[in-house]
Amino acid sequence: MPKLTINGTEVTVDAGTTVLQACEQLGIEIPRFCYHDRLQIAGNCRMCLVEMEKSPKPIASCAMPVNEGMVIRTNTPKVRKARNGVMEFLLINHPLDCPICDQGGECDLQDQAMAYGLDRSRYAEFKRAVPDKDLGPLIETHMTRCIHCTRCIRFATDVAGVEELGTMGRGEHMEIGTYVEKALTSELSGNMIDLCPVGALNSKPYAYTARTWELVRTETIDVLDAVGSNINVNSRGREVMRVLPRLNEEINEEWISDKTRFAYDGLRRNRLDRPYVRKNGVLEPATWQEALGTVASKMTGIGGGGMAAIAGDLACVESMMALKDVFEQLGSPHLDCRQDGAKLGASVRASYLFNTTIAGIEDADVCLLIGTNPRWEAALVNARLRKRYLRGGFRVFSIGPRLDLTFPVENLGAGPETLGAIAGGGHPLVETLSAAIRPMLVVGQGALARPDGAAILAAAWRIAVTCRMVRDSWNGFNVLHTAAARVGGLDIGFVPGKDGADTGAILDGAASGRLGLVYLLGADGIDMRRLGSTFVVYQGHHGDAGANRADVVLPGAAYTEKPATYVNTEGRVQQAKRVVFPPGEAREDWAIVRALSETVGAHLPYDNLNELRSRVERQFPHFTAHDVAPRAPWSSFGTEGRMDPAPLRSPIDDFYMTDPICRASETMAACSALYVGSAPGKTGTHG
Amino acid sequence: MSAAEQFTFTPENAEMARAIVAKYPAGKQQSALLPLLDLAQRQNQGWLPRAAMDHVAAFLGLAPIRVYEVATFYTMYNLKSIGRHHVQVCTTTPCWLRGSDQIIDACRHRLGIDVGETTPDGKFSLSEVECLAACVNAPVVWVGDDFFEDLDAASMTRLLDDLAAGKQPKAGPQIKRQTSAPASGAKTLTGKDA
Amino acid sequence: MLSDKDRIFTNLYGREDWRLAGAKKRGDWAGTKELMAKGQDWIVEEIKASGLRGRGGAGFPTGMKWSFMPKKSDDRPSFLVVNADEGEPGTCKDRDMLRHDPHKLIEGCLLGGYAMRCRAAYIYIRGELMREAETLQTAIDEAYAAGLIGKNACGSGYDFDVYVHRGAGAYICGEEMALIESLEGKPGKPRLKPPFPAAAGVWGCPTTVNNVETIAVAPTILRRGAAWFASFGRPNNTGTKVYCISGHVNEPCNVEESMSIPLRELIEKHAGGVRGGWDNLLAVIPGGSSTPLIPKSVCDTVLMDFDALREVKSGLGTAAVIVMDKSTDIIKAISRLAKFYMHESCGQCTPCREGTGWMWRMLERMVKGDARPEEIDLLLDVSNEIDGHTICALGDGAAWPVQGLIRHFRPVIEERIRTARLKPLQTAAE
Repeated sequence: MPKLTINGTEVTVDAGTTVLQACEQLGIEIPRFCYHDRLQIAGNCRMCLVEMEKSPKPIASCAMPVNEGMVIRTNTPKVRKARNGVMEFLLINHPLDCPICDQGGECDLQDQAMAYGLDRSRYAEFKRAVPDKDLGPLIETHMTRCIHCTRCIRFATDVAGVEELGTMGRGEHMEIGTYVEKALTSELSGNMIDLCPVGALNSKPYAYTARTWELVRTETIDVLDAVGSNINVNSRGREVMRVLPRLNEEINEEWISDKTRFAYDGLRRNRLDRPYVRKNGVLEPATWQEALGTVASKMTGIGGGGMAAIAGDLACVESMMALKDVFEQLGSPHLDCRQDGAKLGASVRASYLFNTTIAGIEDADVCLLIGTNPRWEAALVNARLRKRYLRGGFRVFSIGPRLDLTFPVENLGAGPETLGAIAGGGHPLVETLSAAIRPMLVVGQGALARPDGAAILAAAWRIAVTCRMVRDSWNGFNVLHTAAARVGGLDIGFVPGKDGADTGAILDGAASGRLGLVYLLGADGIDMRRLGSTFVVYQGHHGDAGANRADVVLPGAAYTEKPATYVNTEGRVQQAKRVVFPPGEAREDWAIVRALSETVGAHLPYDNLNELRSRVERQFPHFTAHDVAPRAPWSSFGTEGRMDPAPLRSPIDDFYMTDPICRASETMAACSALYVGSAPGKTGTHG
Repeated sequence: MSAAEQFTFTPENAEMARAIVAKYPAGKQQSALLPLLDLAQRQNQGWLPRAAMDHVAAFLGLAPIRVYEVATFYTMYNLKSIGRHHVQVCTTTPCWLRGSDQIIDACRHRLGIDVGETTPDGKFSLSEVECLAACVNAPVVWVGDDFFEDLDAASMTRLLDDLAAGKQPKAGPQIKRQTSAPASGAKTLTGKDA
Repeated sequence: MLSDKDRIFTNLYGREDWRLAGAKKRGDWAGTKELMAKGQDWIVEEIKASGLRGRGGAGFPTGMKWSFMPKKSDDRPSFLVVNADEGEPGTCKDRDMLRHDPHKLIEGCLLGGYAMRCRAAYIYIRGELMREAETLQTAIDEAYAAGLIGKNACGSGYDFDVYVHRGAGAYICGEEMALIESLEGKPGKPRLKPPFPAAAGVWGCPTTVNNVETIAVAPTILRRGAAWFASFGRPNNTGTKVYCISGHVNEPCNVEESMSIPLRELIEKHAGGVRGGWDNLLAVIPGGSSTPLIPKSVCDTVLMDFDALREVKSGLGTAAVIVMDKSTDIIKAISRLAKFYMHESCGQCTPCREGTGWMWRMLERMVKGDARPEEIDLLLDVSNEIDGHTICALGDGAAWPVQGLIRHFRPVIEERIRTARLKPLQTAAE
């Protein structure tokens, strides 16, 4: 632990700390542009210069490791002069277009110019103009504003793992770009907008739509995958203007995927903003009273055993709990939150969680991926796997499609035969896994949502047990979910009750006429044709597949429009907050179910959200602990049986088109067309 | 397909490329990037189309962007087609002090093109370059792989005449002089010293 | 004057055969095995005792630099990298060694590489020097064929390889950290220090980067003894040195002379004197373009060594003397250097990327007198904002010539501006 002196104060810091970090520990702010604590050190902007005793020149504090006895000064005239100089150099070729620049108000250059800049320019020469680059539908470039900090290059190369961005030319003609003018093939590209300290890389969809100081910022969570990324949703009036990441070291660090960031325009399109009732084959606008009355009378007529409910991928815990209560009261055991038919039980929590935790990936030393494409199913889990890979000593194996995950993956085979061989102990990988200190495996929904899913789950369980993946302080067994609703649904038992039907049986029952009513709580991912002529109620927020098929549409709220609980793939309970109100007559989802319960005469023992949440917490105590990844007890699960040799595949064919919100988003449509749609012979991770 | 759209090393050059890669430690084949780009450029009439860069990237197992970065950084790579004789006149101070302006003028006059241009017949391109490290033989012009030194307007014009006529002019000092020794003869290393 | 028997580069002008046979006749490769047998520490100590300082410009004591290399390997091999990326304007000495005395360099690689426990030497030669690279490669092939390098080099039992690596046109690659990046196949953007190359250089391995001349003089020093080498020049500035004398002299040339030779003697004895006589001298850039110019008054007496030139706020640099007589437009001469640095800036550090172009544009206006007098101070201020604020020394090298110009020729710039301002008035009056 070296001790050094900074501005006359002695401080002891960890070995390997940089001078800049040591200064920060003393609360001394060091200006910087190129330095970013999650990127490799470049040391090129020269803004962070400080004086070091015995060094004739000022040093770049971001790049200098501390040494015992170092004497640092950050407040001398020499330092001030150096910083003023760097600031002046950065500004001479920077355009004076702050009034029309989207970065205005949240610009590092603007802020630091206030502290270190001159009040007028001494530069009398022509300013440099740089042609803008085409980086695709998400990132707008204004390259004349670029200060060459190379943060974007380092992010793309290291964090996102796509070597496509670089510097062209040299000296004052150096430009950042791809040389071949193409969009970056990364699903994390939007983070470069946040990293850019100036207005060179801006959000294209957000461009010129708002000024940062007009925005209301709401801290909430994302539900477009099962990661539960922490986000900051910026709104103006009734509109979501943009989505930014919010720091959570355990989940998304400070990154988010492009879907999380850019799908928000889907919140404005195709919305269900009033109830509808189908009359003479046509959905016609109706009042709430009329819609709820129609559903209630149908329910009463059919009776509990003749109706079923399926919860979709965006459903919140509160609405599922309320709907489950109503169905139980009416005597229906036919509930399922697994619209894809995944063979996951609700009884053993560890059987359906990402037990290692996302941050825990960093401790693993070997990983087996089973039927999953984490790059598209959970981009930030993939980013964490890459982060672990970059540190070295990490091998990743896969069973399923051959994929480009941005790090080397050793593919062992396409189908369950390999899985069976490993589970049976007759595969060389067993030795590798057993010899590892912290081995992990990840089972994807592509492996579980098959008829033999329970057998695959059992095989994965056996591998975990034989290879000692579950030890005192380590659980290497992981299920990677794609749906934000799934873990919450399993947690509260939104699964078939005694003699109840699961999704497959519900669809069979509907097709055969045994079931008279199916209630779709935001479920758009089932084969609607199999619903036959059964009466369908759709509660949700978008005019997607479910609403098209519905006989009654009950307009609900999207994740930005309601306080709601979600549980991520790790089993982490988090709450989304209301950013804006739902459009038109749409209502919060738990309240819709509560209103229906009154109409149908199934009284629910709660009148407001807090009471409903208390009920959830009483029945399922782990819901009291928010924002922590649980340690779920281990036991046996899965049903051993024959596995179909058909190859395993990811459930996601198009990263940009996974749910009703994305499907309503023009931005996501543009990405899909660019990265997925037009690509011949695409693979799971093409893009 | 034109040369700009397709590129692969000739078998001889592929062999040479493998020999170059072998000079560097195993796994450090990126070190061969600069010489391989030079090899590709020589194969492709003195310039590097994107196809050539992509081929070199694939040959070395590099992301193409790493090749583009290098190809745009170093001045010896031409990213556009270039005349058969690339006449590169040093104009940095030591050459300027000894008349590089007149050399440039002689080139302009003889070739009828300005700096940065190529003659319509594709025979000559004219460039200014920075210091070529032959300053005691200034002014210096670099054509092909040779330096032509101690030039003046007349000898420069003669040099271009010879090139145009398909002759290979003698490289080195264009006056009577032994390399970097004083023009009137070496004052040291004469063997007269005890 | 240094006598021929004390000259190291006895084939500097290429009058004799540069090949192995000729080189051996001149004494190269004589007793190399015996020198190696004296041990690695002996070699390093001998070089230290000779007082040899790096000949590439910075003048760092060579023996000390060699002693930084690890004596015990941690499984990483060590490498010697020879900087033959000669390109500092005014400098053309390494070229003569490469084409006329390549075996001195190759033998130096073996002896230096052996002393530093390196497994190979990579000679990074600038791309434009194609013919020199061909010559050097031929000499290396000869040395391999004769068993002088390669497995059991010179019968010493030590294995040592020598490779040529050609650059592709970038002055910045003469900076050691940029050179290492370039040798790894990347743009020549200088790396941050620490780590220093002796700890982690090329491919992350311990590396020493030495100039061609530094390595090429080592065998002769070891053969003739440290005391012999140290007997030339002044203390702390010892040895012989190859000087390049260019510009406005009657006979530009390269010559090996004693360190600390008076500048005037160097010019008059070897380069035929200043064009038009000594009194026609305006100024001299004494050590390559990066060193600030010195006016005639200083040239009259200054000695050509590290300390003497530092005392007059310049430097020995590469000992490349650029002579400018009174016909020189001194503003234009320095402006052209500013353009050079702008062109050669790698672009990564803000001050150098932005500042070199700014200085050049101001200087170009000053050449025409199209400036305000107070802009001279602005120019000086800009040069100070670059100086010392960048990763590598290119920024400093760009700033110093400008500072030298203003230090010694400020009145010339002022006069140019004044005259230009009067011109429109005169035109109007006509």
